[in-house]
Amino acid sequence: MDAANPLPLKERMRLPRQRMPEQAPEARRENFAEVNLGLDAALARQEALRCLQCKSHQCFTGCPVGVKIKDFIALVLRGDYLAAAAKIREDNVLPAITGRVCPQEEQCEGRCILGKNGEPLAIGYLERFVADYERRVGQVGLPVKAPPTGKRVAVIGSGPAGLSAAGDLVQRGHAVTVLEALHELGGVLIYGIPEFRLPKQIVHEEIENLRRLGVEFRTNVVVGRTVTVDELLGPEGYHAVFIATGAGLPVFLNIPGEHLCGVYSANEFLTRVNLMRANEFPAWDEPIYDCRGRDVAVIGGGNTAMDAVRTALRLGAATATIVYRRSEAEMPARVEEIKHAREEGVRFLTLANPVAFLGDERGWLRAIRCQRMALGEPDASGRRRPQPIPDSAFEIPAQVAVVAVGNRGNPLVQATTPDLKTNPLGYIEADPETLKTSKRGVFAGGDIVTGGATVILAMGAGRRAAQAIDRYLRTGEW
Amino acid sequence: MYPILEARWLAPEVKLFRLQAPLIARKQKPGQFVIVRVHERGERIPLTIADAEADSITLIVQGVGKTTKLLNTLEAGQRVLDVVGPLGRPSEIHRYGTAVVIGGGVGTAIAYPTARALKRAGNRVLAIIGGRTRSLVILERELRGFCDAVHVTTDDGSHGEKGLVTAPLQRLVNGPDRPDFVLAIGPIPMMRAVAEVTRPHGIKTMVSLNPIMVDGTGMCGGCRVVVGGKTFFACVDGPEFDAHQVDFQILAARNAMYREAEQRALAEFRAQAHPPEECRLTRAHPELAPLAAS
Repeated sequence: MDAANPLPLKERMRLPRQRMPEQAPEARRENFAEVNLGLDAALARQEALRCLQCKSHQCFTGCPVGVKIKDFIALVLRGDYLAAAAKIREDNVLPAITGRVCPQEEQCEGRCILGKNGEPLAIGYLERFVADYERRVGQVGLPVKAPPTGKRVAVIGSGPAGLSAAGDLVQRGHAVTVLEALHELGGVLIYGIPEFRLPKQIVHEEIENLRRLGVEFRTNVVVGRTVTVDELLGPEGYHAVFIATGAGLPVFLNIPGEHLCGVYSANEFLTRVNLMRANEFPAWDEPIYDCRGRDVAVIGGGNTAMDAVRTALRLGAATATIVYRRSEAEMPARVEEIKHAREEGVRFLTLANPVAFLGDERGWLRAIRCQRMALGEPDASGRRRPQPIPDSAFEIPAQVAVVAVGNRGNPLVQATTPDLKTNPLGYIEADPETLKTSKRGVFAGGDIVTGGATVILAMGAGRRAAQAIDRYLRTGEW
Repeated sequence: MYPILEARWLAPEVKLFRLQAPLIARKQKPGQFVIVRVHERGERIPLTIADAEADSITLIVQGVGKTTKLLNTLEAGQRVLDVVGPLGRPSEIHRYGTAVVIGGGVGTAIAYPTARALKRAGNRVLAIIGGRTRSLVILERELRGFCDAVHVTTDDGSHGEKGLVTAPLQRLVNGPDRPDFVLAIGPIPMMRAVAEVTRPHGIKTMVSLNPIMVDGTGMCGGCRVVVGGKTFFACVDGPEFDAHQVDFQILAARNAMYREAEQRALAEFRAQAHPPEECRLTRAHPELAPLAAS
């Protein structure tokens, strides 16, 4: 395949990494359109030329779903973008999504040999390029399906773990029904990740591809309430269940004033905008507190915090500030997200920990009392533990606060499935390889097992679950 | 899509809907609710299930804001876009002895299925239902069908006793018929007042809370309420809580959070729903339009 690349290795290594074209910061902070604009064919070719096609292809081992990266890059060089997209689809049912939201720097690109002496190959940009090309020409190369097995699988949740499992299972010939609690499919891809990072149209199209593959989708079904896992395995006639409900129970700080008007969980703030389109109120009915001209503080340092704070800017906030108790080096957010946020004018208040939300006499937030922190010894996560500095309290003005410090396991499925083992944080216990739970025929994966993680890790869990479910359905062995 | 099998007005601005929703009908228990979305750009609003048959659920809707008023324009044969549930925990039904069920306004619709379940569980059930005026007192006949007594109060005295639901409750609490259990569902001031009547007597009192919700599955935390100093999510931990422990002040403040937006949406809805040019009289007789506008 390397014949497609005319350049000798040394020259490839001299080529600079292509930059992602972006909307200018001052323009994009005013709109919800996508920030990254994508490579064109010329830029994509220029970038693909950098690939060394090395034998060890560490990029492949770094991918949680095992995309055959160097093969698809070779197809890009040949100019056969549809074949390149089809190559990705063999292992990844949502390439236009992962090409946008994967933390490639920690995965494929983090292992790229070019990165040892320079910048790694921009694998994410290229994945996005071929997936977008495929969408644009409207010729999505759907994988071949195995003959029907007569087995039925219920997938609970239509987020990345559920969609990935559904795509793999349906290809293996099983009849798959995805049950979604909300009125719209996509889970966190719809309610959590903002339009400016992942246009919803792309999620709709990828789901449509799965529908064309034969996956059945049902919205407005809350498993644990509308139907239970036992009913799915019993009267509803499913042979296996995959629980992929995500980590949908927001954690609050448990500090005074958390009930004041203007204090949101990140889930609520983002859901109102992303799912319910509160930014288009009153054309859409769901409102959000009018952020125009107000000071918005977002507490947390992860990708969700960056999404929330950049959303606040786009809602017209006068100031949008990240409040984080460690330093920027410890922030779990992707470097790109922090960079984008800063370019757009987000302020960063690090080594500061909120200790109280302060309200006015009507019960509205007016300020946040924080204390200064210093970094001590590394904790269990390997990050240096923040410790309060005595007598260092100070206040920052804020009329809106968004708490983005993580989630716990949503209890609805577990509470109605007594023989399903959970850990003290409310997550379901499942074997990391087979994703089998304590209950026969029931598998679980994604954030409901690991706690808040990434889209691609959830998709990886969905793939492993699909393999294990397939084995279980074929052999009947638990 | 959820077909409307029956739609009829119970009172001004209060409409009963029977919706075909077999999965929800099969599962629902008294005290649970659904979340409804009326149109493609619609918000999600919680509505308590007032009754259920084999394949259908009954909702009783008071037109207050845009969404409920829009819902109340629908008729049998039309459909509701999204209905999801049953959500929340069911009412705790025990054999308490004497149970008093209090409904204020459309709260009576929510209290109704629980009252019936309490009766079926072997309780002596006394109902107190109230409203601003006679036409706003609903379900009186249905409650008289199975309750051991029904007390009616109206603010203006147009029906039953003039005054608030707390007056008959106070008499029951002081009298020989002292209740063992009280359920109160209605406006926040009413529920708070009921809690204060029963608190000194240590009578177990539950209220059904109606905070603003989005998803209804515990995902967003918008419906958080403070009960006994602790935070609960009404959608998964409630909606019924111990009235003596509820922080009603926080609930009332949070429910007012979007008042401006709600008023704006309602004003725009009214302007659209009844634009002057849509007046049937002037459509038939355009020459009258200048008169109608003035």
